[in-house]
This record gives sequence, C-alpha cells and structure tokens, in this order.
Amino acid sequence: MLIFELSKPTRRNSSQSPREESKITDIPEEFLREDLASLPEVSELQVVRHYTRLSQNNFSIDTHFYPLGSCTMKYNPRACNKYAMLPEFLMRHPQSAVTTGQGFLQCLHELQEMLKDVTGMKGVSLTPLAGAQGEFAGVTMIRAYHESRDDQRRDEILVPDAAHGTNPATATMCGYKVREIPTDAEGDVDVEALRAAVGPQTAGLMLTNPSTLGIFEGHIQEIADIVHEAGGLLYYDGANLNAIVGKVKPGDMGFDVIHMNLHKTFSTPHGGGGPGAGPVGVNDRLLPFLPIPIVTEEGGEYRWLTELDLPQSIGRLSGSMGNAGVLLRAYIYARLLGKEGMNRVAEFATLNANYLMAQLRSRGLDIAYPTRRAAHEFIVTLKSLKEQTGVIAMDVAKRLLDKGYHAPTVYFPLLVPECFLIEPTETESKQELDGFTDALVEILEEAHRDPELVKSAPHTTPVTRLDEVKAARELDVAWNNE
Amino acid sequence: MPFIPHTESEIRDMLDVIGVDSIDDLFDEIPKDLRAQALSLVPEGINEMEIGRVMTERANKDGLYVNFIGGGAYEHHIPAVVWELTTRGEFYSAYTPYQAEASQGTLQLLYEFQTMMARLTGLEVSNASLYDGASALAEAVLAAVRAKKKATKVLIPSTIAPVYRQVVNTIVRNQGIELIDLSFSEVGGHTPVEIVSQQTTDDVAALVVPQPNYFGVLEDVDALTDWAHDHGLLVIGLVNPIAMALLKPPGRWGKQGADIAVGEGQPVGVPLSSGGPYFGFMCCKQKLIRQMPGRIVGRTVDTEGRPGFTLTLQAREQHIRRSKATSNICTNQGLMVTAATIYMALLGPDGLRRVALQCHANTKRLLNSLAKIEGVKKLFDRPFFHEGVLQLTQDPTAILKALEAQGIVGGIDLSRHYPQLGDSMLVCATETRTDTEINNYGIHLERIMSRRRLDPPCAQKVAGKG
Repeated sequence: MLIFELSKPTRRNSSQSPREESKITDIPEEFLREDLASLPEVSELQVVRHYTRLSQNNFSIDTHFYPLGSCTMKYNPRACNKYAMLPEFLMRHPQSAVTTGQGFLQCLHELQEMLKDVTGMKGVSLTPLAGAQGEFAGVTMIRAYHESRDDQRRDEILVPDAAHGTNPATATMCGYKVREIPTDAEGDVDVEALRAAVGPQTAGLMLTNPSTLGIFEGHIQEIADIVHEAGGLLYYDGANLNAIVGKVKPGDMGFDVIHMNLHKTFSTPHGGGGPGAGPVGVNDRLLPFLPIPIVTEEGGEYRWLTELDLPQSIGRLSGSMGNAGVLLRAYIYARLLGKEGMNRVAEFATLNANYLMAQLRSRGLDIAYPTRRAAHEFIVTLKSLKEQTGVIAMDVAKRLLDKGYHAPTVYFPLLVPECFLIEPTETESKQELDGFTDALVEILEEAHRDPELVKSAPHTTPVTRLDEVKAARELDVAWNNE
Repeated sequence: MPFIPHTESEIRDMLDVIGVDSIDDLFDEIPKDLRAQALSLVPEGINEMEIGRVMTERANKDGLYVNFIGGGAYEHHIPAVVWELTTRGEFYSAYTPYQAEASQGTLQLLYEFQTMMARLTGLEVSNASLYDGASALAEAVLAAVRAKKKATKVLIPSTIAPVYRQVVNTIVRNQGIELIDLSFSEVGGHTPVEIVSQQTTDDVAALVVPQPNYFGVLEDVDALTDWAHDHGLLVIGLVNPIAMALLKPPGRWGKQGADIAVGEGQPVGVPLSSGGPYFGFMCCKQKLIRQMPGRIVGRTVDTEGRPGFTLTLQAREQHIRRSKATSNICTNQGLMVTAATIYMALLGPDGLRRVALQCHANTKRLLNSLAKIEGVKKLFDRPFFHEGVLQLTQDPTAILKALEAQGIVGGIDLSRHYPQLGDSMLVCATETRTDTEINNYGIHLERIMSRRRLDPPCAQKVAGKG
C-alpha cells in the first residue's frame, strides 16, 4: 500500500500548517500554479503508521548483523545522534556570522585536528559531502597541482582492477583517462605492470589499502616510489581505513592525498544510503589546493578560510560547508573513543575478520586468498558450490536473509568468481559471528540437499525475489494512480 | 572499550581458532617501519555523560537567534513526527538498498519521494536525490551537456546564488564545459529575455532558469523557456520545493515545459543545521532519464506477482559502468529524503500551499515595514516569493553585527558578490516568523540606523539623563 492510496481529497492536518490561508494579491496569475500539487492527503496517524510499518520492512544495523564488505556497518552510537541534534546546532543558519557558532566550529576544528593525526596528513578539509565527492576533490587537487607546475601533459590516472567503481568514474569526471593495473595471484598490485604503465603521462595512482580484496598491500612503499619517480601523485581511497586506524597512517605510506568515509570509520549512520561525509587530507605539496571552506583557529576564535585566504583552492563543493550534522556525529564518536578506543577499532575489526575467516575455512568454505591475513574483511568464493549444485552466490545471499542476517557484499570485487566480501566490524560479538557461521554452513547443506529451497530464497521477507528486468524495461519510477 | 563487546576469554578463544598468540600478530603483513606511533592529537576517551556536557556547553555558547536569513536554506516548522520517525534505527542505520528484499521500507519510501517530487515539479521522473542543491545543479549541467552531445556551453543567470555558480564551476570545469554568465536587470532583479537573447546559441546545451531567483524575485519563466526551446536549448529549472506548491511548476513553463528541474530539498523537513546534511533533487522529462545521475527506484513485481521496489537503471552507475558512468555518485541523501517524504505526506498539498502563502505574506510585511525606515530602500519592482533585497545608506556588515547583538540574524550582505547593488542585503521571513518578531526587527533596525546617523551613544546617554 502506497501513501497515495490512503489519500482522500480535502483531508488535512490543521495542526501542521499556518492557521489562516493568506490571500495572494500581488503575484500575477501567470506565475501561479493552477491546481494543488497532488501530494497525499492523509492524517497524522496514517503517516505515523505507514512509515513505521515501512521501517519494519528494512534490515538495519540496529536490527540485524550486516556484514556488508567495504561498507563498515558498525554500531552507530545513539549519543552521537542525540548531541548533534541539540536545538542550537539544528537551528543555526549556515550564513549567519561565525560569532553565532563558535561552539559548533570548535567541534569541527578539533575533528579536523584528530583526522590529521589519524591519517598522518598536513591539512584536512571537512567539506566533501560523501566519499565519492572526496575522491573528486582529491583528484581535482592532483590536477591543480600539475597545472600549477605547468605540467600539462599528465592526462592519465592509474587504477588497480580491484578498485571501487567510484575511482575510475571520478577520474573521468576530473577529465582524466583511466588505465587499469592488474592484480597478481596473491592479491597485490602487479608491480611490474605498474612499472611498465607509469610515465610522463601519469598524473597519479588511486589505491585502497587494505585493498578491496581485504588484504594489506605489502609493496606499498615500492609502489609509492614508482609513482613518485614518474612524477605522479598517490591517492588513498580511505574506504578501508577502519582496518588500520591507529596502526598505520596513510601519510607514512607515502600517500599525497586521501579521502575518508566518516560514515564508515567514524560510525556516522548510513541512513539508507546517505548522507555521508568524505573529508580530504593532503600533505605539504597539496595544501594550497584544499577545497574550501576550512575551519581555522586564531587566538581562541574560530572562522572559515575562504577563497580570499586560499586563492589556489580547487573551490567549493557544496552550498555551504559540508554535511555539518554528520561531522558533529563523527566528532562525538571520536571523543567517546579517544586515542585508546581508536586503536582498538582496527584491532578488533581485524580480530573479528580473521576469526570469522578461520571459522568459515574450518567448516569447508573456500577463502579467495588463503595465504593472506584478513584485514578487516575477506573474500569467500562459492565457485565450487555453483559447480556442484547450481546454487550461486546471489542465492546464498538471499537465503541468509531468511536466517536473519544481512547478506555480505556479493560479486564485488569483480576479480573473484561467485564471491562474498565479508566485513564483520569490531562492534559484533563472538556469539553473533558464530551464529552467522552456523547459518552459512546450514545454507550450504541446504544447497546440496534441496537446491530449489536456496534458489528461490528469500521466503520470509516482505517480498520474494523481484523482477529486475521488468523494473528496467517497463520503467515505473513515479506512481500514476494505477 | 567503547562499543567493543569482547571479553578476555573470548579474545583468547578467538586467537586460538586463528592460531596466533596476540592481536598484534594479525598485523604482521604490515612492514614494521610503517607501524604508527601513538596518536598525539586525539585526547583520552570520555563517557556519554561527559560528552553530553561538552556538547551542551558548546551549544549553549552558540545560543538561539531570531532568523531572517534565507539565501538557499530556510527555517520552516518541522512537525515532531518527521524526525521521530526518521531516526528510527531501521531507517537511520540501514544502508543503500542493494538487497531489495531486505530494504523494501527504504525503497518504497524512495519511490513515494520520487512520485511526490515529480508531481511537485510537474515533470515525469525523479531520482532518489543528490547531495545538495548546488551540486544537483552541477549534475544537471553535466546531464544537459551529455544529452546535447556536441554542445559544451551552458547559460547561467547571475540571479542564481553566487555559491551555486562557484560549485558548478568547481565540478564541471575539468570536463571542458564553459559556463556563460548572464547579467540581470537592476530595476527588476530578474533576467530579461532581451538580455538572454543577445547570447549566441552556437554550441550551447542549456539555459538555467531559477524560480524564484536568489533575490526572491520571480523570473519570466514562460518567455525564457520558450526562447530556449526555440533556439534548440534544454531548460534547467532551479526551484524551491515549498514555492512549487504555489508557483507554476517547471514542467508547465512555456509551451513545452522545462526539461530538467533541480533544487535544494532542505526546506521540506530538513533543519538548517549550520549547513547540512541537506539533499538535492532532480526531476526530468522521461526522454532524459538515462542521462540522470544517482539512484533511481523502480516499481516491479516479485515471483508471486506482488508489487515491490528495487534500484533500477543501474547500468548508468559507477559500480557497473566504472569510467563510463553518468557520475561518480554512489549514494543519495537517504535519511534526508526520509524526512522530506514524511514532511510532504504530513503537510499535504493544502498544507504546503499554506506554508508558501504564509512565507510570502510574512516577507511582504517585513519588506514593507523595513522599507519605511529612513535610509532603507526596497530594491526591485517585480513580484517576489519569500525574500527581498534592501538597499541601505550604511554598510550592511556593521548593521548586521549590531542586529546580532539584539539576538537577530538579519540577512545576507550582498555587497561582495553584487557590488552594483551598493550597500544591500537579502532578507527573508518564512512562516515561522511572528508579527512581533517582524516588528522587533523594524524597531531595532530603525534604532541602529538612526542612532548612528544622529547621535553617538554618549549623546543619547546624556539625553537619557536629562
């Protein structure tokens, strides 16, 4: 039932709109809407019941184990939400003077300093609105750097074939050609291929470490040297920062520029797909190009650095200053953890991943890179299951929903056939991991005994498997009362 | 250990299963010389009671002001229901609905949102949202250029927010796209067709048409749209969702309607929050849907024939198309859209229209009352929505500072971005401003302006004594 189907003409919530309808006399008719917009006309209770019920059709961290690889679905502390939503923070207009927001700016400045420390970078701008926008800012800075040196021939960005799709998409948005670098049998970047690929056309290399294969790139220093010697810069995709926070600093690995996903490592809510926050950090040579505004402190007073302070900045990325509310939540989280707590994030994320990997291996599952330690995530391949039973990774993922677990990331990275990318995160207990192991093993048994049961899963969700081909062919993206 | 549930004996058991002695052994693939020193700028952790105290103190320091600022973000009443429901864990802590069967709540809500936005803008289709209004305009410019294949220029009026022009420039400039600024009428505060028609249309993909524009002024959208279509350009409407309940929607501008509509979604249910998170929206004609960036939800059926919802047209997106995607965007602003959808359902068509009318009425009252003050003049003689420009005989920076001391944030100083308007500021009164607050603004502004002109503070003191 859609909210529109509950609608009855002329029903209204009088407590939610201005008391009297003001008459309009000074706007000529040619500018006005002729009819009412056909939004639903429903009571407050109908709204509450409808959206409460819809919420119950979701899996979420608060209700289910959610081992979605590369997404770091850890617990989002409620305190972060409560204290980011104090009325003074919520009611403040972004264009009001900085004198009305010193408390708010202090939080942001402290967050900025903490992020510098964690990443080992010289400067941080909090303004990018999401990881992908952080990537955009990072690669645009690389471009601005080369242009500032009048080095115009660099027109290519290198991306490992295991990279997130955002990396090549970002490079294109920044006006670069993309060249893919293959991965070797052990899951590392093929260093010889990289060596052959770099040259005077190389603007930079985008790298995730630990990689999307869930392993720490052992040749990182060699890779950094190869790229730097060719005159390129090294970009760190911070998607997997949770695996190393407090243990290794990207700045120490030789990266020139980095984005972080605060909705991953700093536990701000994923919100059903956003909002995120993708701050960028840079080393000395990229400092002048950071996106604005950036909060600064002078003699105990906080203010924004703008284009007047940073004329070489790549510019603005949003209508104001970034996703302020997300940044406040990240700040609160960082303060609750403190330096000790932050170290433990990587330790326990890694412990959980390696434990789960060991358990699954001992119960007969195939690990894609069995000789390697898991960073905070690892890959299982169900290729042999498919060969034996015809059941594919997607079927197993759907059957997991029936068992009360959100599915891991499926079919990514593209390099491993029939793969699950599993990231348990540090906030899950051993009991939860053991329950997940049992459920997965049970499904494999079902696949041998009764493959149809798994192929037709899920059976307990509000809907069964959806016809995606129909969704794309007979596009219905807005309801027409039919 | 905050948020980590492991007991000592569990840790031991887990290490045994893995076959290592310590957690540290799990990091043995990381070269020794890369291992970090202890963090130095991160303080010791504190507990929830302590962070509560820190945040409350800082919030109190910031305080609350009576707000007359608009300029792209607006204070509106947000019903209690909106954020009570939006922060339910099932919405708050879910992720992008990749597993459709486990995400029907979010997916159906997004489909309802898309429907509401399409109806509000009078266009056929909507996506599931973008980051914010400014970046949505940049994405619309990119979409228009893709749709027009060879054209690489876009006409942008100076009557859109200066920061929107900056953001669009940041995002599109490395793709060889040229933005052509259009000047405006200093009498009407709008973009006359006569100015636009002086532009070459060679190699131009689209014309951006704001309604209302940054000055609050209504543009001649019908004439601008028809001019653009007559010259083979696409029309990108930049609109305010609250205004759409009252004003002619982009889909009905001119003979054929605008092709794309984008804007800032914050006014419908999202708090000002010092600047974000907000959300951008984008609607368009059906024929342009494959150029649309971002998530799109479609309605389909399950294996039993029941209706259900799923992400669709993913072949446009980065995780499939990689370097050939329409954009690098991979999320929307799901939680903000949750709030917006609940807000629009609660207000309904009549409620939203009443809000729009009250905003207009309050702004009219504000402008009339302030313009009576000596040294204050209302600029522009055109119809407006819920903002207006006042020209002052004094520096607005100092005036705004003095108002702030009275608990009023009074407007946006326009002198930097629009020097041709002299000492001017942009003011706004939404439905949340009371008659008393509007009167108070006038009283304070009059006092601030006149005291400086007539008597220095010491003279007043003496006069008071007498």
